[in-house]
Amino acid sequence: MTLVGWAQVAVFFFIVLALTKPLGAYLYRVFEGETRPLPRLLGPVERVLLRACGVATSPEQRWSEYASALVLFSAIGMLVTYTILRLQAVLPLNPQGFAAVDWDLSFNTAASFTTNTNWQSYSGESTLSFMSQMVGLTWHNFTSAAAGIGVALALARGFTRRPGPDGANTLGNFWVDVMRGLLYVLLPVCLVYALFLVSQGVLQNFAAYREVITLEGVKQTLPMGPVASQEAIKMLGTNGGGFFNANSAHPFENPTPLTNLIQMVSIFAIPAALTHTYGKMTRDTRQGWVLFGAMSVLFFAGALALYAAEAAGNPIVGALGVPEPLGNMEGKEVRFGVSASALFATVTTDASCGAVNSMHDSLTPLGGLVPLVNIQLGEIIFGGVGAGLYGILIMVVLSVFIAGLMVGRTPEYLGKKIEGHEMKLAMLYVLVFPLLILGFCAVAAVIPQGLTSLNNGGPHGLTEILYAFSSAAGNNGSAFAGLYANTPFWNMSLGLTMLGGRFLMIIPALAIAGSMVGKKVVSPGPGTFPTNGLLFVGLLVSIVVIVGALTFFPALALSPVVEHFLASAERVF
Amino acid sequence: MAGKADATSLFEPSILKQAATQSVRKLATQHMAKNPVMFVVEVGSVLTSCLFARDLLFGHPAAPLWFTGWTCAWLWFTVLFANFAEAVAEGRGKAQAESLRKMRKDTSARKLVDGVEQSVSAATLRKDDTFVCGPGDLIPSDGEIIEGIASVDESAMTGESAPVIRESGGDRSAVTGGTKVLSDRIVVRVTTNPGESFLDRMIALVEGASRQKTPNEIALHILLVGLTLIFLFACVALVPLAVYSGVPLSTTAVVALLVCLIPTTIGGLLSAIGIAGMDRLLRKNVIALSGRAVEAAGDVDVLLLDKTGTITLGNRMATAFLPSSGVKAEELADAAQLSSLADETPEGRSIVVLAKDQFGLRGRDVHGLGGHFIAFSATTRMSGVDLDGRSVRKGAVEAIIAHVVGLGGTASAEIREVAGSIGDRGGTPLAVCDGARVLGIIELKDVVKGGIKERFDRFRAMGIRTVMITGDNQRTAAAIAKEAGVDDFLAEATPEAKMKLIQSEQAKGKLVAMTGDGTNDAPALAQADVGVAMNTGTQAAKEAGNMVDLDSNPTKLLEVVEVGKQLLMTRGTLTTFSIANDVAKYFAILPAMFMGVFPEIAPLNIMRLASPFSAILAAVIFNALIIVALIPLALKGVRYRPLGAAALLRRSLLIYGLGGLVTPFIGIKAIDLILQATGLV
Repeated sequence: MTLVGWAQVAVFFFIVLALTKPLGAYLYRVFEGETRPLPRLLGPVERVLLRACGVATSPEQRWSEYASALVLFSAIGMLVTYTILRLQAVLPLNPQGFAAVDWDLSFNTAASFTTNTNWQSYSGESTLSFMSQMVGLTWHNFTSAAAGIGVALALARGFTRRPGPDGANTLGNFWVDVMRGLLYVLLPVCLVYALFLVSQGVLQNFAAYREVITLEGVKQTLPMGPVASQEAIKMLGTNGGGFFNANSAHPFENPTPLTNLIQMVSIFAIPAALTHTYGKMTRDTRQGWVLFGAMSVLFFAGALALYAAEAAGNPIVGALGVPEPLGNMEGKEVRFGVSASALFATVTTDASCGAVNSMHDSLTPLGGLVPLVNIQLGEIIFGGVGAGLYGILIMVVLSVFIAGLMVGRTPEYLGKKIEGHEMKLAMLYVLVFPLLILGFCAVAAVIPQGLTSLNNGGPHGLTEILYAFSSAAGNNGSAFAGLYANTPFWNMSLGLTMLGGRFLMIIPALAIAGSMVGKKVVSPGPGTFPTNGLLFVGLLVSIVVIVGALTFFPALALSPVVEHFLASAERVF
Repeated sequence: MAGKADATSLFEPSILKQAATQSVRKLATQHMAKNPVMFVVEVGSVLTSCLFARDLLFGHPAAPLWFTGWTCAWLWFTVLFANFAEAVAEGRGKAQAESLRKMRKDTSARKLVDGVEQSVSAATLRKDDTFVCGPGDLIPSDGEIIEGIASVDESAMTGESAPVIRESGGDRSAVTGGTKVLSDRIVVRVTTNPGESFLDRMIALVEGASRQKTPNEIALHILLVGLTLIFLFACVALVPLAVYSGVPLSTTAVVALLVCLIPTTIGGLLSAIGIAGMDRLLRKNVIALSGRAVEAAGDVDVLLLDKTGTITLGNRMATAFLPSSGVKAEELADAAQLSSLADETPEGRSIVVLAKDQFGLRGRDVHGLGGHFIAFSATTRMSGVDLDGRSVRKGAVEAIIAHVVGLGGTASAEIREVAGSIGDRGGTPLAVCDGARVLGIIELKDVVKGGIKERFDRFRAMGIRTVMITGDNQRTAAAIAKEAGVDDFLAEATPEAKMKLIQSEQAKGKLVAMTGDGTNDAPALAQADVGVAMNTGTQAAKEAGNMVDLDSNPTKLLEVVEVGKQLLMTRGTLTTFSIANDVAKYFAILPAMFMGVFPEIAPLNIMRLASPFSAILAAVIFNALIIVALIPLALKGVRYRPLGAAALLRRSLLIYGLGGLVTPFIGIKAIDLILQATGLV
């Protein structure tokens, strides 16, 4: 490990920290403020668009209405994308003349982008037309991120709204939240961001692929396309689906050290800012900083562990007498090296982004354990746009419930009692991960349809399976790789896992919001459980780690953990 | 009641014996199904028993026979220990119910039918029947006195030996079945049908027969069931993953892992904690009519306390003699004592005592001296004595001044000044005159109970506000409130004002607790989140509240709150402990499971347990024994400390969170060493 390596982690974190407050305050103004920015310019646009959606009066919705709107919106979007992919061959903007996408891959891809996962069982440059990428996929990159923010806001409103005399039990309006998220946040930022990327050398054209002769005299095909416009939202919306198969390791997607840094920052920017937005909604910004603090602790733990494991290098290579002065360089882009790759791998799995700038399959066993655990903790270390906030709030509910009793009061959060109904919903939420990940893993690990796709045997093969389902359930979308996923079994099982990991968790989360919003608020005093201090940060981190570790420890013990000990003893598979 | 605070020790042999048989009887599936966590353990026990039988009969075991056998035995113990904890908790209640039931002998009643007494069995009495009771009669049923006044021995109910007065009309008209009339004759209207009487309900509550899970207990149960499901997934999924990895897993080991991971410690003790909480209240002679009320007591933010009897001793006491200028204090004291000799009110008696204490003046028998006692009346507002031609009077300052002026005397302005300053201090001035001469003033004061201020400080530390309710005027109330250290007060309180105060606190999101006894308290008792009715109170008050204090001691409210908090804290700490335990169990069992195929993972066996089988068995044994070890804590409750929430949380997390992480490492290692020493492994 080097000083420069450490400095990269520090610089990255300080930029995120510096952005959190202003961006969080901006988001608060957009979604909760009396007036929104640029009322002359964007106000009429918003009104026209909302009228077009039939919600000109923007009526408040109860949780069930909010959830129905979201599910309906996602279902229609998914169907449209599926259709575009199936009809790709006859649609325009297809200079390479790619054929229609198979039904199972179309299902998987439609599910993947609808759920903000961006798991890719295909490589973009050899499968998808520009039309499919720009209309079929980028549309979801924007809307799924906006919908995620909506769910987080709805849950936050559930905790923070004071029930009115008329017993108000509404959580806002889904269409309005999505529209504002797009209009005031995602679209304008991405416009500037894409132009910046272009300035750094990211492609943005509709040209056919170019044949060039390299210095060695070999003919090489350079893929072209509208990359920058997809790249911006890929990061900012924690989508992660690359235009090219190599994702952010590709020089046309991530050309310079500066773009590498900005890409990482843009992954964390909105999830981190939302903690501050939440703090403002609770009227006590410390409530938001506590969440930020707990996320930061887990981020640093992961980043340092991954960096240390990679810097230490591969024990088997070391035993062969080959020095590894730079650490484990297998599968890493030489432009970035160990520290920037380790940091990127941590960031992309902390937040459910899934963009990659190195090969996770080539990480050392303990190095590979970190991204896996990051995902399995529930994608709450800043997490997906919106998804991170509602995920950590569910963990807050659990923490408050388990430890809150210890102060001699029935558990309450922000003055609202956590009771049986909320616990039932929170447990439903928590159960989704083990059910999907462990359930599908157990099946895939023993049936030939699962096993024939593996590149490696032994514990590493098991890690590949575990990673695939964790990535899908966590709506992360990064691939450990080493697994050929474009088969009917994998496309279907991963597609279902992604849908489950999104909607089976959003619905209980919204239901909790619905039951919390109408609750009487007990005013806080010295006897109430404090959720805005350092002690709670520690408690929250412990609960997150214990719930995650207890669930997946047996499976992890048989995959990366065993592999680490075997590799140290120079046993390979 | 028989069960006074110290009557039944925590582990009385007779209760333990009964509990042991009960714990076997509770293995019945319909009982176990109520507790899903322990039900999973029971299913696991049955499964391993079948495996053991199969291995015994057909051989070729996947794991050594002794391992399956011992694991199976300890899994059964785990279930039995949890049942035992519940049975002990119930047993203590049953012992008390038994003593209550003895009171419910089939007494005969003198029923009034058209004004004629008939002797009938008490069991035949129905609501709205009337009966008569005379001296020595056991009251056959709960009822309301409609005629007469009597002294009643309620010691069977309350444990208080002094008889209480019950009379028709007003707030002291309720009588309880099973208590005994000592003097006089009363006519009583029956208010409950047989089987629904207060005594019957008490027995049912104490026995736990009508115990329902409380809201928080249900929520906690959901959490535990959720965790159990998670671990079920984790353990079931482990089987195919082990197949993939080529690791042979014995079913016994998987069941052992599952049982160790699911929260058996809290799952096994949860109902015992709930029963013990009600029981602790009962030991303080408070009956909670619902478990919900006990939980709510822990949440209370505001205590409404009646001044008289709770904050101050029941009555005002004379604390000083303040003579007029030119009068000796001793003369004033003598006159004051003379005027009070026949005054049987507590104030009067306190004057006699104060005169004796300060000046050695002995009490005299006013009738023996041949004096004539003038009783207090609302019109004259004074009392006194005519003796040897002297006419000594004491009474309200204005009344005495008017009396003296009427006799041609004068009252100095000084008297009014002194009286005014006493009022400012929260006291009551009584003027004393001999003939037309004002001798001086007696200062009467509310005496704040000893230690009450410290008690309120503790509540403040817990974040609970105390509000004093009194009929006194603002000035007096403010002075006493200051002296007692309450946070706020409501002066010149009427039942309506009390009700309004409760509603306004609740509107601010506070939970309110109060005590009350009168019928006019009933609406407020019903409105309060925790309403403790005094047993001496009316039936209406008892019906409206959700707790009844058999001792009729309003100070009890403070203890009720502490019991409520203790109950919730015990649940929280044991849950935290239970979950924290799992980390060590993983480190014991998982390496043991995989070490056969992957000997390289030996470093994960950080406890250096002897063999894979001893490791798993040690974890299972620890898991069972920790339930037994924690039974006393579950029954007694964690020690309550009046600290702020943050300090309390830090402390509990340190003891039960960190302790929960570390303890099993030590425990499992110790058991492993013992297993090795016994040569079992």
